[in-house]
Amino acid sequence: MKTIKRLAKCIGVYKKNSILSPIFVSLEVIMECLIPFVASKLLKFIQDGEIEIPTLSIYGGILVALALLSLTFGALAGTHCSIASCGFAKNLRKELYENSQNFSFENIDKFSSSSLVTRMTTDVTNVQQSFMMIIRTAIRSPLMFIFSIIMAFSLAGSMAVIFVIVVPILLFALLMIMKKAMPIFKKVFKKYDRLNSSVQENIKGMRVVKSFVREDYESEKFRNASEDVRNDFIRAEKILAYNNPVMQLCMYALMLFVCFFGSRLIISSNEAAFDVGKFSALLTYGMQILSSLMMLSMIFVMLTMSGESARRICEVIDEKSTITNPENAITAVKNGDIDFSNVNFKYAKRAEKYALENINLHISSGQTVGIIGGTGSSKSSLIQLIPRLYDVTDGSVSVGGIDVRSYDLDTLRNEVAVVLQKNVLFSGTIKENLRWGNEFATDEEIEHVCKLACADEFINSFPNGYDTYIEQGGTNVSGGQKQRLCIARALLKKPKILILDDSTSAVDTRTDAFIRKAMRDEIPNTTKIIIAQRISSVEDADMIIVLDDGKINGIGTHEELIATNAIYNEVYTSQTKGAKME
Amino acid sequence: MNKGFRGRPMKKAKKGTLGRVLKFLFSSYKLPLTVVLICMILSTIAQICPGVFQQLILEKVQLALADMKLGMSPSGALELYFDDITVICLTLLAVYVVGLISSFIYNRTMAITTQKFLDKLRNTMFGKMQKLPIKYFDTHSHGDIMSYYTNDIDTLRQLVSQSVPQLIMSAVTIITVLVLMLYFSVWMTLIVIVGVFAMIIVTKVIGGGSAKYFVKQQKALGKVEGYVEEMIHGQKVVKVFCHEEKSIQEFTALNDKLCEDATSANKYANILMPIMNNIGHILYALIIFIGGVLVLAEVPNISLSGKPLDISTLIPFIGFSKSFTMNISQVSQQFNAIAMALAGAERIFEVIDEEPEVDYGYVTLVNATEDKQGNLTESEKRTGIWAWKHPHGDGSVTYTKVRGDVRLNQVDFGYVEDKIVLHDISLYAEPGQKIAFVGATGAGKTTITNLINRFYDIADGKIRYDGININKIKKDDLRRSMGIVLQDVNLFTGTVMDNIRYGKLDATDEECINAAKRANAHSFISMLPDGYNTVLSGDGSGLSQGQRQLISIARAAVADPPVMILDEATSSIDTRTEAIVSAGMDALMQGRTVFVIAHRLSTIKNSNVIMVLDHGRIIERGSHEDLLAQKGKYYQLYTGSFDFDE
Repeated sequence: MKTIKRLAKCIGVYKKNSILSPIFVSLEVIMECLIPFVASKLLKFIQDGEIEIPTLSIYGGILVALALLSLTFGALAGTHCSIASCGFAKNLRKELYENSQNFSFENIDKFSSSSLVTRMTTDVTNVQQSFMMIIRTAIRSPLMFIFSIIMAFSLAGSMAVIFVIVVPILLFALLMIMKKAMPIFKKVFKKYDRLNSSVQENIKGMRVVKSFVREDYESEKFRNASEDVRNDFIRAEKILAYNNPVMQLCMYALMLFVCFFGSRLIISSNEAAFDVGKFSALLTYGMQILSSLMMLSMIFVMLTMSGESARRICEVIDEKSTITNPENAITAVKNGDIDFSNVNFKYAKRAEKYALENINLHISSGQTVGIIGGTGSSKSSLIQLIPRLYDVTDGSVSVGGIDVRSYDLDTLRNEVAVVLQKNVLFSGTIKENLRWGNEFATDEEIEHVCKLACADEFINSFPNGYDTYIEQGGTNVSGGQKQRLCIARALLKKPKILILDDSTSAVDTRTDAFIRKAMRDEIPNTTKIIIAQRISSVEDADMIIVLDDGKINGIGTHEELIATNAIYNEVYTSQTKGAKME
Repeated sequence: MNKGFRGRPMKKAKKGTLGRVLKFLFSSYKLPLTVVLICMILSTIAQICPGVFQQLILEKVQLALADMKLGMSPSGALELYFDDITVICLTLLAVYVVGLISSFIYNRTMAITTQKFLDKLRNTMFGKMQKLPIKYFDTHSHGDIMSYYTNDIDTLRQLVSQSVPQLIMSAVTIITVLVLMLYFSVWMTLIVIVGVFAMIIVTKVIGGGSAKYFVKQQKALGKVEGYVEEMIHGQKVVKVFCHEEKSIQEFTALNDKLCEDATSANKYANILMPIMNNIGHILYALIIFIGGVLVLAEVPNISLSGKPLDISTLIPFIGFSKSFTMNISQVSQQFNAIAMALAGAERIFEVIDEEPEVDYGYVTLVNATEDKQGNLTESEKRTGIWAWKHPHGDGSVTYTKVRGDVRLNQVDFGYVEDKIVLHDISLYAEPGQKIAFVGATGAGKTTITNLINRFYDIADGKIRYDGININKIKKDDLRRSMGIVLQDVNLFTGTVMDNIRYGKLDATDEECINAAKRANAHSFISMLPDGYNTVLSGDGSGLSQGQRQLISIARAAVADPPVMILDEATSSIDTRTEAIVSAGMDALMQGRTVFVIAHRLSTIKNSNVIMVLDHGRIIERGSHEDLLAQKGKYYQLYTGSFDFDE
């Protein structure tokens, strides 16, 4: 219920259309229900044979007019319905997307990116279709049902009693079928999903399957799983297979009743209580009543199925960003000083283990700092606290002497540039990609930063130079080239603090050294933090931090750490073991 | 459905596809489908022919009313016609009972048959897929293959369970109704047909417009989805560059365009229904009106039955025109679904028709016992000694002990003909040796290992395994004799134990645990919440890269093959974790012939021979020390003044 309320808010300016659509649908239904009524009168006249052509034309004209009116209302309803439902879907997507843009890293981690994409695409489509049903079919069917019942009773009186018997039977049967079948369907759909994900696993691991000669084993495994799904589906479908016969049963009962008792009534009352026209109209109304019931049960199934989608959408819309701009935010960063004081950090409140524990650190503006540590030692966690991609759990992180939580987020993140480890380029030209760093950068500025990042050479070797088109995900440049473009992009921000999170791992050591030298010479006042696997990338830093299991294991210069730090020493020897020439 | 078909142009299905689907269906389920067909026809007829009974009854009513006009009392008239009416109603009841029973049988049998058919199709496809060469998976995107199982199977389900039955039923209905209409009145039939024609024309006009907009909507949807996908995957970068506002702007533009196109497309579709409905109503009015005029004007009727046109013949026409128009529009609606399903069916058949991996090998791998003279005897049990069983043309059989001696002799190879990627590769790996390959991405390192286990076949040259040409060895047995550990670890849903046992299906728990111990994986597995029974899902996503690699090493260890291939097994692991993994790996390599591909040179320094590959050729070879002394490419690599990826 809360979900529906929340989603209803997204209808926004399309409220008018959403209301008009059911209104027109109602009018359409009324017209449609009048048609058999008028027709029955006409039939009666013909039956009596006491009608003249002009009267016939008038009644015929009324019938055509009713049909045309019904058509007009139907078309209007259809139009408003499409405007409303497409608009609603647009608003949903917009709300989803905008909210996701406000997500903090923590929110992003919570929903995987592929699940976010499904929510914005498939789930929205599902909800849109249900919405369309609600403002059209779901109004039409009950109305049709009610009007037809009313007309049937007013027209045929006692004969309409048959509906009192048939309708509850059909209703009961449909409900039973649904009640039995739905839970099985829900279960089997989950199984079916699992079956498909096991296929995916198999395709991805085909080299392993073939290497271990497990083709037959896999086929057997699949056959069992598939059979399981099949049997469940059959169980559910068998129940569903009652649907049509039950509907037919009711129809046939109605038909027989009208034929048998109706004809007798006509004769016995000498057309007073019932006549041939009513005979025909009653059958038409009967059809409408029963089929609208069928339709309702279908709508019910559809709505239950899209309920899950609605819930998933709401989850995203209602997700509050865990990081928001403070009031009276500070919009200038004084310098590139960084301070960590008594920082503890964990990714989830419920997590037992801290990712970072008791971090105290001072980095002065303009310093170059290296960070070394194994995977899982929380190197990336440490630096992500500086631009406030995550908030500390305890303690505080300051930039330029002020707690990062006091800054305006845009200001802070523009001054603290991070080149992320898992970095991406977007589809567009190289220039467009670089301008992410600064929309208004001139060509000279762009070329300058590319020179600093040692990217100018390979960019110029492309036939289209800076206008070379980068494919989605940057698949048409090599790993090393991608990393250098990402560095250039960050440099274009002219930040006070530059953080490179393992950003030169695919770049050869010599180029790596050139980049570091360029940064030392060209942006001396920028604080530079370098996370690296290679000791050579950090050995000339002013300060090197050794992280182990979320704690600072040692701080010092290369020489100091060689002398005092066991981990540093171990990594150093493992990388230079054997013969280090020179 | 939108998603699956994005980017895949809807091509027209080949002519034979529908026939093939039906043949596949009928050949497997001849009996149930024959029953279904008969029941379907019976139940359809039962639904229509009440019109005839209705007419018969009304005819009697007419007669009774006429009698009454002549002065008969109602009770007398009722008495006179009561038996007739009862007989008609009882006959109708009988028809209905038959109809209901057939309907029940047909609905139920069809539901079961459809599921069996889908199950069979899935199994055929999956079984076939297992037999396809690796090349197939290298040249088809995994997303595409997946959509065969999801989208295409689903459209086929619709085809079999809905479209085809609907078509058959509609055809039966249309024919029956047409006959019945002619039975009653040719004039009225003509009116109905004219009305239906008008309806078809309107549908075509509106449907055409709608199709155009649906294509537009599909395109706009593709754009929105593409944009969302790219941005959401790069969300963290968006945040770091404070690009949120801009991305919302761009998204809004695309989103608005989609809304516009979708509205137009849906408008057409939504208007179509009331139009069809109301043309039906107008037709209804016309039938009564024109029919009325004809009755009043006492126009002579032409009909198969010879009955005159009166109110009793007119009323059934109301029902007839309804079912006639409804079924015509049903048929037209099914066409789209059928076209789509056939495109899906064609893709599925493409997989089923794909050439399977061929294997002419006849040398097999057997367990053997060895006597003191070194003679090998085949054994049923696992002995720890493996032998190649080599049958000869004269009926004799020789056994060769599996030692792990691999030789490549002047091997050339290309993934596509005419484009050779490996040139003149020769190498000798003696049992127990460690052979390493280094080189840039695309230099051909992995390709060589692909040739050794025959994922691909060589174009020229020879590969011998323990002196036997590998083309003579049965592929399954060849692969069974080699273990492989890859950079991208693939674990399967199941427990840790299941995953290790994948290497040797009949391994005891103890064997698996021992293998894990040898691979250095035991200690972390013991620390998992349920130890070896911890269930891994989603490719072991709860584990770190290093831990997953350790499990894959244990998996190779339990298989205990004489030859191991390690393809970049440690390159996505950091140097510290690598130390642990390396220890596991070293244990695994003990006493085997090992081929190692590595990016990081520290892992291969102790190899017996290092091959430096460049553009598909071996440019340097020798031990670490030899190569350093040569001061060539390897030396540059090692000292960091050169990197292959540049």
